[in-house]
Amino acid sequence: MAKKSSFLSMTLTLTLICLVCSALLGFVYSFTEKPIKNAEVAKKNSAISVVLPQFTNVPSEEEQTLEMDGKEYKVYTAKNGEDIIGYAIESASAGFGGPIKLMIGITVDGIIHNISVLSHAETPGLGDKIDPRKSNFPEQFKGMNPAQTNMAVTKDGGDIDAITAATISSRAYIEAVKSAVALYNNVITK
Amino acid sequence: MEYVLIIISAVFVNNILLSQFLGVCPFLGVSNKVSTAVGMTGAVTFVMALATLITYLLQYYVLVPLHLEFLQTVSFILVIAALVQMVEIVLKKISPSLYQALGIFLPLITTNCAVLGVAILVVTKEFTFGGAAHYLNLGQSVTYAVASAIGFGVAMIIFAGLREQLDLNDVPKSFKGVPIALVTAGILAMAFMGFSGLV
Amino acid sequence: MSKLNIITRGIIKDNPTFVLLLGMCPTLGTTTSAINGMSMGLATMCVLILSNIVISAVAKFIPDKVRIPSYIVIIATFVTVVQFVMQAYLPSLYETLGLFIPLIVVNCIVLGRAEAFANKNGVIDSALDGVGIGLGFTIALTLLGFVRELLGSGSIFGIKLIEGDGMLAFVLAPGAFIALAYLIVLFRKITTKKS
Repeated sequence: MAKKSSFLSMTLTLTLICLVCSALLGFVYSFTEKPIKNAEVAKKNSAISVVLPQFTNVPSEEEQTLEMDGKEYKVYTAKNGEDIIGYAIESASAGFGGPIKLMIGITVDGIIHNISVLSHAETPGLGDKIDPRKSNFPEQFKGMNPAQTNMAVTKDGGDIDAITAATISSRAYIEAVKSAVALYNNVITK
Repeated sequence: MEYVLIIISAVFVNNILLSQFLGVCPFLGVSNKVSTAVGMTGAVTFVMALATLITYLLQYYVLVPLHLEFLQTVSFILVIAALVQMVEIVLKKISPSLYQALGIFLPLITTNCAVLGVAILVVTKEFTFGGAAHYLNLGQSVTYAVASAIGFGVAMIIFAGLREQLDLNDVPKSFKGVPIALVTAGILAMAFMGFSGLV
Repeated sequence: MSKLNIITRGIIKDNPTFVLLLGMCPTLGTTTSAINGMSMGLATMCVLILSNIVISAVAKFIPDKVRIPSYIVIIATFVTVVQFVMQAYLPSLYETLGLFIPLIVVNCIVLGRAEAFANKNGVIDSALDGVGIGLGFTIALTLLGFVRELLGSGSIFGIKLIEGDGMLAFVLAPGAFIALAYLIVLFRKITTKKS
C-alpha cells in the first residue's frame, strides 16, 4: 500500500511530515498557551486563599523570590486595600518518598494562619496524612504562634503530635514550616 | 555521595518497573528466559543512557532557548526512534548472534515507555537526592538513566528466573500465561516495597 | 464487516487490555481510581481516533521504509495536542495523570492499530476502529480503576463508602498487578463461556 522507498522520497516525506506537524503544534500551542498559564495562576491563587484570611489584591501578581541559606523561596503578598495582611510562602523539604511542597500562610502578626500541601510523594495511608483531607495532623498548625511553640515532634522533645507511624513525613513537614517561619522572621520582616 | 543515592533509589526504592510501572510490556513479553532478559537489559541500558544524554542536551540547549518546548514529546521520541535504528544497524554488523537473539524486541525498545519516560522525567521532575528538591544536572540524569535501566534489568532477571520455575509447576488453566505472570509481578513489587525509605 | 461490528470487536473480541495485552504501562499506572482510569482511556481514545484517521488518509503517500517514524511523528503530534488541551482546561486531571499523558505516544495500542488497521483501511473504518479499540481500552481501565478504588480506598467514583482507607495494597503497585491478573482471568472465563 505504501510507496517505494528511495532515499529522496524518504527524506522528503519525513521532513514534510515533521514540518507540518511542528506547524500544527505551534498553532495549537498559540491557542492553549494563555489558558495553560491562567490555569496555573488560578491554582496558585486558590492555594493562597486557603492559607490566608480574606484579601482584596491578586497575590500571584505580587510574587517575590527571596533567598535564605542558599535556597530560594517564592513569597506572595496578600493585601486588604493598601495594608499588607500576610504572606503566603512556598516552602519545600525532603519527605519520605520525595519532595514535600507546602504553601504556608503567615499573617503580619507572625501567626501561622493555615498550611496547604502543594505536592508530595508520601506513602498512601501513612505519610499522605499530611494532607488535611486525610487526617487532623495539619489542624494543629492553624493559628500556631511559632515564637511560643517548640517546632518539633514530641519524640524530639517538641510540641507537635506526629502522624502515627509516619514520623519521617511529619518531621519533613515541620522542617518546611520552620524554613518558612525563619524566612518570615529573618528576611521578610527585616 | 549523591550518585550512590541516585543508584540505590533508581534500582531498588523507586524501581522503574515495579513501582513506576514503566517498561511493563517488554517485561511481560521477554522475561521467560534469563538469558534473553540479560541481553535485553544490556540493549535497554545502552539506549536509555544515550537517549537521556541527547534529549537532555536537546531540551536545555535547543528547545528552551528557542522557546520550542512544545516540541518536546515529538522531538524526544524521534531521537529515541533514530537511536534504536542506529543500534540495530551497528549490532547487526558487530554481533549478528545477539541481533538474532533479541529479534523483534530490539525495534520494540522504541515503544518501551521506560526509555521515553526516563528522558521526560529528568527534565521535568524535581528530585530530593541528599537535600532540597532540585532538577538533575547532566551527569546525574545519565546516572539516573543507567541506574533505572539496571533496576529494570534486575526486576526482569529475577522475574525470568521465577517464570522459568513457574513453567515447571501446576498453574490453574485460566491463569496460564499473563495472569500468573502479573500475580508474580505483584508479589515481587510487594517485596521491593520493603526498600522504601532507604534513601 | 459492518460498521457496528468494527466497534464491538474493539470492545470484546480484540479488547486491547484483556485480549491483546497491549498498553500495560498506563493500565497499571493510572488506575488508582475509576475516574483516573476512565480519563486516561478517553485521552488515549482521542489520540487513537485522530491518528487512525490521519494515518489512514496519508498512508499511500508514505514510503515503506519511513512509515514507522512517520506514524510516530503523527501520533506524537496528536498526543501533544491532547496534552495541551488537558493542561489548559483540565489542570488537576493533567497533574494526576502526569507522565502517562506524553507516554501515550509509546502506547503500543496506538502504533499497533496504525500498523495493523489504519494503513490498510479507509478513513471512516479506521476512525471507527479507533472508537472501538478506544472504548475497549477505556472500559478496561475504568473497570480496573473501579476495583482498585473500591478495595483500596473504599470509594466509588470519588464517593467514599467507608471511613479512612481500605486495603491500601490495591492503590499501590502490587495491587495493580494482582487486580489486573484477576480481571483478565474473569474476562477470559466470561468470553469463553459465551462461545
